[in-house]
Amino acid sequence: MTAATAPPAPGRKGAGPRRRSVAGPLFVAPFLILFLLLFLTPLGYAAYLSLFQERLVGGTVFVGLDNYVTALTDPLLLSGVGRVALFFLIQVPLMLALALGFALALDSGLLRLARVIRLGIFVPYAVPSVVAALMWGYLYGPDFGPFAQLSREIGIPAPNFLSDGWMLSSLANVVTWEFVGYNMIILYAALRTIPHELYEAAAMDGAGPWRIARSIKLPALKPALLLTLLFSVIGSFQLFNEPNLLMKIAPDVISSSYTANLYAYSLAFTGQQVNYAATVSFLLGLVIVIASYGVLLTANRRRTP
Amino acid sequence: MSRTSIPSPALSRRVFLTATGAVSLGAALSACGSGDNSGGSSAAAKPVSQSDIDKAMRTPTELTFWSWVPNLQKEVALFEAKYPAIKVKVVNAGQGIRHYTKLRTALKAGSGAPDLAQIEYQAIPTFTITDSLLDLGPHGASALKGKFVDWTWGQVSGPKGEVWAIPQDTGPMGMLYRKDIFDRHGIQVPKTWDDFAAAARKLHKADPDVYLTNFAANEPAAWHGLLWQAGAGPYGVSGKSDLSISVDDAVSKKLGTYWGGLAKDGVISTDPDFTDGWYAGFNKGKYATWLTAAWGPAFLSGSAKSTAGKWRAAPLPQWDASKPASGNWGGSTTAVLRSTKNAIAAAQFAQFLNSDPASAKLFATQQSFFPATKALLTDPSFTGDAAPFYGGQKVNELFAAIGDTVDPAFQWPPFYDQAATDWIETVGKSLADKTDTGAALGAWQTRLTTYAKKQGFTVKGT
Repeated sequence: MTAATAPPAPGRKGAGPRRRSVAGPLFVAPFLILFLLLFLTPLGYAAYLSLFQERLVGGTVFVGLDNYVTALTDPLLLSGVGRVALFFLIQVPLMLALALGFALALDSGLLRLARVIRLGIFVPYAVPSVVAALMWGYLYGPDFGPFAQLSREIGIPAPNFLSDGWMLSSLANVVTWEFVGYNMIILYAALRTIPHELYEAAAMDGAGPWRIARSIKLPALKPALLLTLLFSVIGSFQLFNEPNLLMKIAPDVISSSYTANLYAYSLAFTGQQVNYAATVSFLLGLVIVIASYGVLLTANRRRTP
Repeated sequence: MSRTSIPSPALSRRVFLTATGAVSLGAALSACGSGDNSGGSSAAAKPVSQSDIDKAMRTPTELTFWSWVPNLQKEVALFEAKYPAIKVKVVNAGQGIRHYTKLRTALKAGSGAPDLAQIEYQAIPTFTITDSLLDLGPHGASALKGKFVDWTWGQVSGPKGEVWAIPQDTGPMGMLYRKDIFDRHGIQVPKTWDDFAAAARKLHKADPDVYLTNFAANEPAAWHGLLWQAGAGPYGVSGKSDLSISVDDAVSKKLGTYWGGLAKDGVISTDPDFTDGWYAGFNKGKYATWLTAAWGPAFLSGSAKSTAGKWRAAPLPQWDASKPASGNWGGSTTAVLRSTKNAIAAAQFAQFLNSDPASAKLFATQQSFFPATKALLTDPSFTGDAAPFYGGQKVNELFAAIGDTVDPAFQWPPFYDQAATDWIETVGKSLADKTDTGAALGAWQTRLTTYAKKQGFTVKGT
């Protein structure tokens, strides 16, 4: 039909955009529908909920932005966000540096048993976090954990990994152990896409492996690094599983508001304050958006000049 | 953690405050429908007639029952044999807090809730405040009162004589102790808390690797049990919205000074319970006693096998030796949800399951539950059991007698989960950190009062 009505030469110019205007939305529709259903609707619902207050006695009342006012001055929430921010600043650079190191080492082709090592580093990511926490809980144990026992044998006091002072580092260690492999795979995959000709050309110019890593591999890795950094921003601020599981063995250190996400969870399920929990989640989402945007902005600004 | 790794029935009786469920935030948000829980107050409590009951029990019906009790099918089979028209589908929706969360979500959503649910004693008011439970009184449950231990009936009864649930198992508190350690250090079984404190200091001085007991800093249920023993009334509910909270009154302070003092001096440990380290502590002789409930003996014999034969049981030390008292820790009930469409059949099932002699006995023998019925607690086949783990001592008989010393008037707040979490973060933390437990009690009181007021209650404090 289109072919019949459209004149040959000028028609091609005119029909192009028109055809696209039908096909475009059709192609995008599945995504849009899912996006609307699974993303925007819950988000909108959470925003809606955060404007109410449901009480055990007296039912639900509209409170406007009251919940937000409370949340912004809630010391428990603020300290939770502060804690994960600190966690992010210390743990993420460390983890990404390790992942980068492993990826470069694997890519260099100088390692023996590279496949085994690659799998070995990746395996912790496949370990369910419940199992991971159980395992680390045992390792950290102040009485019967191997570190504690070893140091008792030698006669030097072992640090109590589950104490207030050490907990954040202990958590960072578990998270690093879990996610180094995951990030390494992303970086490694990015390294494999670099055309071999570049290496050959560099070698012709007399560049050694270190020089190649610095001048070719690293710049090529920038987008992938940015991606892992973004994932880490989101992961850090949403820190939940690990503290939630270690809470059981260190209940006096990890409170129900230890991280912002944990706080939202316990508000909803322990305190039945779903509305306030929605507010906290919404604000946390906002913090994550701002932090992610901040990361992107800094990275882009650095790239432009 | 322990929940998934140790499929012990006894474990089911304690509250898991720290939900290990990794429920995502998405679930958290979708869980909060603006459902209306204005179920209305219980309509005229007119007794259901026998002919209606007979008719309902002949009508083919499928009941859904959410329970975490393992191998419940055996008890269900007894019921189904008696009422072939009724089928009971048992669903394990998790344990403790996970189960309650799902239940609450289903109730709010207005669909998907079961006909019946396993509810622990301390959680009953949490569900009656939202009008979620069916009064079983009109279904003949009032007549069962005499069959059950007094305090259990007190726990399931409402202020107007409603019967919110049928008791299934219980946990009156006592003390399990290592006879060998006591003998080695010349320690007598403490009769009073003063004796207990003296023994704690003596034992730890004699052997710094051993503690007389471990007061788990994450176990508000044990604290409540000991409050109960001391005669405290931390919570009082009068009417729908009036609440009294006094978790830092004189009795609580006495308890706080006592345990805070022992913890500060380092003569008792405060390790979190039901963790690997805690199990290892029992097996390696770190703790010389366990202040636990009637389900404890069966649980311990399964978890500390290497110490078999060395343990004995005794009543809790007393504040006033002339008036022996105890509290309860754990145990649960069967409740019918008000939203059920099969009220009659569900109510009959709840009653049969827990009061039928054969079914009740199965719970004691199959699940090693500590019974709630008087008949079973005086049954020689139950009380005469001489467990080799306890050197042949008749432990059941001892705990059955303790059950009679539990005060039936103790009440729970309509938001136990919150009270429990706040306890861990205030009082429990002070024990673990060896800080001022008295101040922590005050913080607990403040937190609970603030919370209750936010929830719309009128609060009378200490």
